[in-house]
Amino acid sequence: MDELLGQSEDTDFALTGEDGSRTRAGRFVSLSFRVMIRRTASIVAALTGAAFLLAAAPVLAVQDAPNKKLKIVSSLPQTGSANAQTTSIVNGIKMAIDERGAMVDGFKIEFEAMDDASPQKGNWDGQIESANAKRAIADPAVVGYIGTYNSGAAKISMPLLNKAGLVMVSPGNTAAGLTKPGLGEPNEPAVYRPSGKVSYFRVVPADDIQGAVACEFCRNDLKAKKVFILHDRELYGKGIADVFKKTAEATGVEVVGFEGIDAKASNYRSLVTKIRAAAPDVVFFGGTTQTNAAQVLKDLRAGGAKIPFVSPDGTFEKAFIEAAGKDSVTKEQGGVYITFGGVPSEMLTGIGAKFVKSYQAKYGEIPEAYAVYGYEAGCVLLDAIDRAETKDRAAIIAAVAATKDFNGALGTWSFDENGDTSIRTMSINTIEDGAFKFVRTAGGAAKAK
Amino acid sequence: MQQTVAAAEFLAACALSRVDAVGGFARDGLLSSQEVFTQQLVTGLSNGMIIALIAIGYTMVYGIIELINFAHGDLCMLGAYFALTVVGALGVDQWAGTGGMMGLVLVLVGTAAFCGSLNWSINRLAYRPLRKASKLSLLVSAIGASFILVNLGLFWGGLPMDVFADGTSSAAPKAFPALVSAAPAAQIGDVIYSRTDLLVLCVTLPLMVALTYLVRFTKLGKAMRAVAQNPTGASLMGIDVERVIGASFFIGGSLGGFATVVYSLYNQTVSFQMGYRMGMDAFIAAVLGGIGNLPGAVLGGILIGVIRSMSDGYLEARWTNTVVFGILILILVFRPSGLLGAKLREKV
Repeated sequence: MDELLGQSEDTDFALTGEDGSRTRAGRFVSLSFRVMIRRTASIVAALTGAAFLLAAAPVLAVQDAPNKKLKIVSSLPQTGSANAQTTSIVNGIKMAIDERGAMVDGFKIEFEAMDDASPQKGNWDGQIESANAKRAIADPAVVGYIGTYNSGAAKISMPLLNKAGLVMVSPGNTAAGLTKPGLGEPNEPAVYRPSGKVSYFRVVPADDIQGAVACEFCRNDLKAKKVFILHDRELYGKGIADVFKKTAEATGVEVVGFEGIDAKASNYRSLVTKIRAAAPDVVFFGGTTQTNAAQVLKDLRAGGAKIPFVSPDGTFEKAFIEAAGKDSVTKEQGGVYITFGGVPSEMLTGIGAKFVKSYQAKYGEIPEAYAVYGYEAGCVLLDAIDRAETKDRAAIIAAVAATKDFNGALGTWSFDENGDTSIRTMSINTIEDGAFKFVRTAGGAAKAK
Repeated sequence: MQQTVAAAEFLAACALSRVDAVGGFARDGLLSSQEVFTQQLVTGLSNGMIIALIAIGYTMVYGIIELINFAHGDLCMLGAYFALTVVGALGVDQWAGTGGMMGLVLVLVGTAAFCGSLNWSINRLAYRPLRKASKLSLLVSAIGASFILVNLGLFWGGLPMDVFADGTSSAAPKAFPALVSAAPAAQIGDVIYSRTDLLVLCVTLPLMVALTYLVRFTKLGKAMRAVAQNPTGASLMGIDVERVIGASFFIGGSLGGFATVVYSLYNQTVSFQMGYRMGMDAFIAAVLGGIGNLPGAVLGGILIGVIRSMSDGYLEARWTNTVVFGILILILVFRPSGLLGAKLREKV
């Protein structure tokens, strides 16, 4: 320590003479600076002391009602076009908390919704997601982290939260590699679990099922023999496109093109010419509304490719229809089909249907597709907090992991050893008269390899 | 500007009246390799013309006050929001026949006037007070203006209008009504020259001709060239330098306004973020052609459009940015002042 201090004293200031010895000015600056620091430090100490006294006063006053407070945070992209979707997720979480009167096992539950998007990107931003995770970790009252919406964002906060031992429940991540070994990169999912334990859970089925279901739908219902696959080069979009490709190859559907797009391009007319030249029966786009799905669709129609357009749940939001406009989504133009990990709000039964009803009563609109997943994530987390013996982070992770036969809005389900839900039901949806329309369920039995 | 608009109107009218000459096309697939090439060229040219029109705005301002006006792309974005608001408020997409034609001209001219005035005001408020300050302060001011415009766009998207989907999600990309359909205006084999492609040509070409005329043969143009060459000298000769600078901002902005309407009709999407890509492409185009040089900006824009298109078509889309910047660097290595740029003159 002494050595270190001694060294720093020499290197502290660059005000040294040419021969390396410290000049008088240098010594003076150094000295006065140190005095200044000492003074500041004592002032800060005094202020902190006073603050502590002030803070302690009310606690002392109500000592018979100890301050039993737990906090849940969410981190979702709320600046950008996913906002409608993520706001409904946040509403879902709030409803889960309100249903219990914001009290669990004698503890008051606080909730804060954080935004992980930036206006510059209009989409999730890695730096903000990382800051959100660090902020949650630093606050000792936080016992649960609900997020993220985008798989790419999860990739950033998962290892941070895992290392800190804070449970993470995602309402929207579907990239398979986040939890399932052998489906993503070779180092996935171990790379997200530096502590070696599973602390990440998701209430939505993953893309190994969704991609396969989408491909089956193209083959069986749309009678596709040739498909052109596009993706947005993000973890989620590329991931599901890869699964789609694998399934296509395994089931004898010819893949005539597989290409990553520039999600910020103004249009994709050149790509459409390439697609027309390849003459596929279906175009599959692995991506989200935020990565320009609607523009790809519009350019397909403008370029004269009147073939079905199939995309995954990242486009299952009103913002997609809004951006695509009414003309490009019609059946006459080839039709748009969207897969979704679960069933749309209006098809939910039991607790799910009750949720949709009370959501409508409270917010005056049918919730977006992921609202119920926000609700479910909130419920399962609160349930685990309730069951946990002690209300510390480790015990709550264990309680979430032990969730079995949970009777929730999505049905009765459990978390498996990877942190995945046991639900495998998918739905296929289309767009009619400017609104989503349920086509059929799928995938209950479809075991993707 | 008057005769330009008239010419554009006339050409567009010619184009739009012959919609039904070509029936709906069948998607029989399997284009021949020449057809693919021609189609990519058409796409590249259309995209390139739009980029070129925006690039002129960059290059004009640079030519006169040596400022990279970073707010230019976002100015165009706001123009698109203005156009969408006009379309929504007047219901222009419902106007049929000649009315629709007039509506289109109205939106074009209105947006051009809006963008021109806005650009003029930005110069007045954010750049003119800094005229004597260092070039760097001016640049920072431009970046600041760009941020303000982006956030204005974000706010604008939340207006409770039908065209903004009642403003429920202000940041969501908005669909721009197809005032001009994407149906083919001409079709040779499987190569489609759509009505939107034709629109791009009918708007951009006359504007470029008019601008060339303005700069070369009018008094204002002469004054602009004089200010570009030597502001002090120009003012000594009795030229009102500030007025000329203001006029350049207005003209550059209104060309951006025309471009953004054409862009919106071509892509049918507007979003508060579109300014970034529009601005970047146009800026690269201006540099490629030789910043400060008007024909250079047009050449640069068209080149960027065609390079992008060919790269998307024959390489993979994900390499396109690499290809564009690679070519830019190569050209700048051998011709530091761009393709048509003059020899760098030192201004001290």
